[in-house]
Parts: sequence; structure tokens; C-alpha cells
Amino acid sequence: METLTKTIHGIPLNHYIMLCAIIFSIGVIGVLIRRNAIVIFMSVELMLNSVNLLLTAFSVYRGDATGQVFVFFIMALAAAEVAVGLAIIVMIYRNTNSIDINVLNRLKW
Amino acid sequence: MDKYIWLIPVLPLAGFIINGIGRNTLSKGVIGFIGSLMVMVSFAISVGLFFEVKSAGHGFDVKLFDWFAAGSVHVSFAFLVDQLSSIMLLIITGVGFLIHVYSAGYMHDDAGFGKFFAYLNLFIFFMLLLVMGSNYLVMFIGWEGVGLCSYLLIGFWYTNPDYADAAKKAFVMNRIGDLGFILGIFLLIIFFGSTAFADIFPKAANKEFAGVPFTLITILLFVGAVGKSAQLPLFTWLPDAMAGPTPVSALIHAATMVTAGVYMIARSNILFTLAPVTMHIVAVIGLTTAVIAALIALTQTDIKKVLAYSTVSQLGYMFLGLGVGAYTGAFFHVLTHAFFKALLFLGAGSVIHAVSGEQDMRNMGGLKGKLKITFITMLIGTLAISGIPPFAGFFSKDEILAHTFMHSTPMYIIGVVTAMFTAFYMFRMLYLTFYGKFRGTHEQEHHLHESPASMTIPLAVLAVLSIAAGFIGVPEVLGGHHALGQFLAPVFAKSAPLLVAPELSKATEITLMCVSVGAALIAILYAYVKYVKNSHVPVRDGEERPALIDISYHKFYIDELYDAIIRKPLDALSDFFYKVVDRMGIDGIVNGLGKGTMETSKGLRLLQTGNVGFYIFMMVIGIISILMYILTKA
Repeated sequence: METLTKTIHGIPLNHYIMLCAIIFSIGVIGVLIRRNAIVIFMSVELMLNSVNLLLTAFSVYRGDATGQVFVFFIMALAAAEVAVGLAIIVMIYRNTNSIDINVLNRLKW
Repeated sequence: MDKYIWLIPVLPLAGFIINGIGRNTLSKGVIGFIGSLMVMVSFAISVGLFFEVKSAGHGFDVKLFDWFAAGSVHVSFAFLVDQLSSIMLLIITGVGFLIHVYSAGYMHDDAGFGKFFAYLNLFIFFMLLLVMGSNYLVMFIGWEGVGLCSYLLIGFWYTNPDYADAAKKAFVMNRIGDLGFILGIFLLIIFFGSTAFADIFPKAANKEFAGVPFTLITILLFVGAVGKSAQLPLFTWLPDAMAGPTPVSALIHAATMVTAGVYMIARSNILFTLAPVTMHIVAVIGLTTAVIAALIALTQTDIKKVLAYSTVSQLGYMFLGLGVGAYTGAFFHVLTHAFFKALLFLGAGSVIHAVSGEQDMRNMGGLKGKLKITFITMLIGTLAISGIPPFAGFFSKDEILAHTFMHSTPMYIIGVVTAMFTAFYMFRMLYLTFYGKFRGTHEQEHHLHESPASMTIPLAVLAVLSIAAGFIGVPEVLGGHHALGQFLAPVFAKSAPLLVAPELSKATEITLMCVSVGAALIAILYAYVKYVKNSHVPVRDGEERPALIDISYHKFYIDELYDAIIRKPLDALSDFFYKVVDRMGIDGIVNGLGKGTMETSKGLRLLQTGNVGFYIFMMVIGIISILMYILTKA
């Protein structure tokens, strides 16, 4: 345990923040520019996990376990969300034979 | 006995409930019996109470339960039976009982028989609450209740739109008065912190404060009385109220309800005595009403309208009496008037019954031979209202006039002239109806018949009372003791010392009596010459009338005047509110909001492109802007 904490402390906090920001931005950009629903879904997961990483990093640096507990909750939530989201995507595919979100343009005035 | 006080109003209420529920199922005999019996038992209890009050020499204040408390004001539901209200109880239940019996005959062929008796019983209930209440709020319940019953009974034949309008008119005009009454009660609560008579009157008598508050309170109470008792300027509803069945006119619009105003002022006598300004207003309004109503009655041709205006005029006398401080006299007149005016109305009902519903005296005449009992009893009633001794009206009217003379001579002269008019129009009515030849159709003549016993017996009883009632108030000058005055003295005890009036010498008092009797006799003689000797009949509608008679026949155009100065502007105002404020203003705002929402959403919905990528982009933009906002704020 001690060594793990030390290893984590070996890298400055700023680097964690930078890494998370980059992963998060990749996620956002992925959501915005990709048309494949599954890729968009993966990008959303990317954003979630970047936040998780940041939370654990802060948690270790501050010596406060709350952040890690929080991460577990987010993971459970993400699992549930994936189950529902994938089911929706499967249904979309069955109905439209495509998972391109530009095909889904009927939800309008 | 005072344990049973609550039974007096509850019995008629029970009658109302039974008759109201069983109005279509019970037989007419049962309905008439229940309705009359309830009032008769109330009457019996009232008689017992009267003697109890008489022997005890004080009233009974019976608290039934606490009604409500608001802040420091506690109002209990309590009854006060003292000298004043015990006599009112006798009048209401006694005359009420006779009229119930009479109605059983008069309304026998009416489809709404059960409903009619239910309403009559309800009226008796509210009227009893009015006179028995020991605070102004219980009185006010009764006050409103009798107004409601009056409305229901005037519009009893509501399928006729004129009758329904008459009912509405009575209701609305009464509302104006009631507003004054309730404002007066509020002021009493503000100044005295209570509505109970037992709290207010001693405080008032101690003159804890005087002047303007008293004047204001009494004027507002008087406004209430003006509405209920049909005084100028709110009297026009009473003649129209004749649209109701005749027993209703006799009970509500002659004997009981319309005297509620007089009762209320007599009850509040100390407040009025301490407000000389109001007293003066009361006297002037009473006298003016008496004169104007008498002038109108001179030329009316509808037998019930004559009696209606005569009622207004006699009520004017009562207010004149109150205004000059003759509380006993005014109340004496309430008592005698209840008898002879109920008698006259019931007699008129009997006449109308006989001539198949005809009410126009121009189509009557010569009924003397056919309707003997009706004629004799109505003659007694007419003599009583004309103030011919020894009939009841003489004593009460004389007492009021004597007090008026002490107060001011011009008012006395006007009063005597009005008495003269009264004698004239009453005998005019009697002569036109019973003397001469019959002027109706053959069919009506064929149907002429005396009314059944259930109608003539009440007439006979009331006739006896119209003769006898005067003797309870014989003035000392004629060797009497004024038993009524002595009996009522405790009620007016606090006002009496404040109303010291110059004593009249015996000679003056006798002279005054002779003057008023002489004036009445001259009027009767003139009526005899005009309508019997010369068999004059009022001209038909559409024919030329002399100008003055025309004005009187058209009731001084007071209805038309109200129409022009109140109804038309009100109509115009409501038209303005309807067309401009409501339709353009309020509807405009509401519709504008709706239209605005529609138009904006028509534009905004174009944002919903259906493109999921666009939605996500907008979402990200949104999140970023929220973030930016929070960050810059921090």
C-alpha cells in the first residue's frame, strides 16, 4: 500500500490534471464529431472515466477516501447506464438498420 | 317557562322542514294542519312567556350556546324576551297563526300549497329570531332571513316574469338597507366591543362617549330600517311586493316584517335618543314617507296597491313617532297596525277570492250584500286605520300625533293632513269595492260568493282585535292608564329622562284629538259624497286625467326617476365594463398572452432540427456556459 501511494505521489498532481483534461476533451470531441452511436457511447465513457481518474488522484493526494468511494458509485452507475444505452442502440439498429445518428432526425418539429 | 324559550322559534323551523320535505307527498290538510299547529304552539308558549314577563317585571336573557369569538368580541347565540319582544312574539305568532289558517283556505287550489306553508313557517322562524335575538348579530340573521323569505314569497308565482322581477326588486332594495345595518353593527363592535344589547345599552346610557359615533351608528342602523320598513327613498319595493299571494302581503308586508325596522329602533332607543340629529332625520323621513305614500294611495285603483301604499304611509307614521321620541306610541302603532292592516289585507284577499282574482277596484262594486262578513270586518279595519274612536288606530295614531305636536307644530299639521288623506283613500277603497253596482263581467258576478270559514274566522278575530287593541293604551286624558306604556316603561327607561317634553294640558290634548277625528270625518264624508252619492269611478287607463291625479296615479314617477338616475347610469357603466374593460382589457390580456405564446413557439420550434449531433453540440455549449458562469462568478 505504502509503495503504491508513494508511486502515485511520485508524479506531480498537475500531470494527473492535464491527463484527465486531455482524456475528457477527447471524449467531448468524440461525442461532437463522430456519427457512430457506439463510438459516441464510448466517448461518454471516456469522459466519465477521466473524471474518475481525477477523483482518485485527488483522493490520494489529500489522504481522503471519500473520492474513491465516490468513484465506485460512478462505476456502478456507468455499468447500469451502459446496459440501458446499449439496449437502446440495439433497438435503433433493429429499426433502422443503422447506428448512424444522422439517420435519427425524426425527433423534430 | 324560560326553559322553553328555544321552542318558540324551533317549532316553526320544524314545520318548515316537515312541510318542505313532504310538500309533494303530504296531503293539503296535513300540511295546513302542521304549519298552523307549529305556529299555534309557539303562540301558546309566547302567551305563557308574556305573563311571566309581566309578573316578573323584567326580561329573560337566555343563552343557548357560544356562537363564535373573534379577538375580544364574544358573540353568543342568546335570546332576550323582555316586554318589547314578548309583545312582538305575540303579534308574530298570533297574527301569523291566523294568517296560516286563512292561507289554508285562500291557497287551497294552488299547486304550490306545500311549498307555500313551508316558506310561511320559515318566515315565522326568522322573524322570531329577529325579535328574540339578544344581540345585533342574532337579530341580523333573522333580518336577512325574513328578507329571503320575503323574496321567496313575493316571487311565489315565479312563472310570471313581473312577479319574479318584483321579488328581485324587493331583495335588492333590502340589500341596500342591510348594508347600512351591518356597517352599523361593525361600528357598534368597534366602539362598544360587543354586539349584545346588555353590554351596549348601559355603556351608551353612561355616555362613555357621545356625539359623532352615535350619530354615525344610528344613521347606519336607520338605513337598515329604511330598507326593511320601506321608507323614503327605498319604499318602492313594497307596493311591487303585492305580487305575492295576499296572505303574504298581510303577514310579511303589513303586520310583521316591515315593522322590523321600527322594532329595531325601539330596541336601540337609547342610542337614538343620544343622537338628536338622527332622531330629526328619522322624524322627517317618516313624515315625508307618510305624506308621499298617502298622496299616491289617493288615486290607486288596484285594491292591494292602495293597501300597500297605506302600509308605507302608516310605517311613516311609526318612524315619525320614533323620531319625535314617542317610542311607546310608535310601538303601539306597530301593534294596532298589525291587527287592522292584516285584517284589511285578508279582507282584500277575500274580495279578490270572491271576484275570481280581479284586483282592480274599477271592476268591483256592490259586494256589500254578497260578502257580508268580509264587508263588516273590512269596515272595522277601515275605521281603525282612519283613526275613528274607539277603534284601535285612533289611540295609537293620536299618541304619535300628540308627541309630534309637542315636537313641532308644522309637522303636526302635516301629520293630521296625512291622517285625513288616509281616511279618504281607505273609505274610497271601501266604497268602490262594496257600494254601488257591480262593474265586473257577468261571469265574475255569477261566481260571487262569501269565502269559506277558514278565511272568515281569522277576519272576525282580527276585527275584534282591531276594536279591542286600542284599549290597552288609553291615554290618561280619557280616563285610561295606558297599560301598554306602563308595561313597556322598563324598555324605554333609560331614554325617558333624556326626552323630557313639555306636558300638554288636558284641554290641548282633547283639542288635538278632536282635530284629527274631525279631519278624518270630513275626509270620509267627502269620499262618501264622491263615490257613493255621485257614484264616481276612477277613469280607465288611457283616458285623460287631471294633471295632479295623473302624477299621483303614476306614483310621482319615482320608479321612472330611479330608472333614470340609477338604473340607466348603472347599465351604461356595466356596458362600459363589459365591452371595454372586460372584453378589450381583461380578455385582451388573456388572449394576447395565449397568442404571444403561440407566435413565439412557432419561431422557437425551428430550433428542434431533429439532428442528434446538433442537440449534443447545444448541450455541450450549455454545460460550458454554465461552467463559465459559475467560474467567473467565483
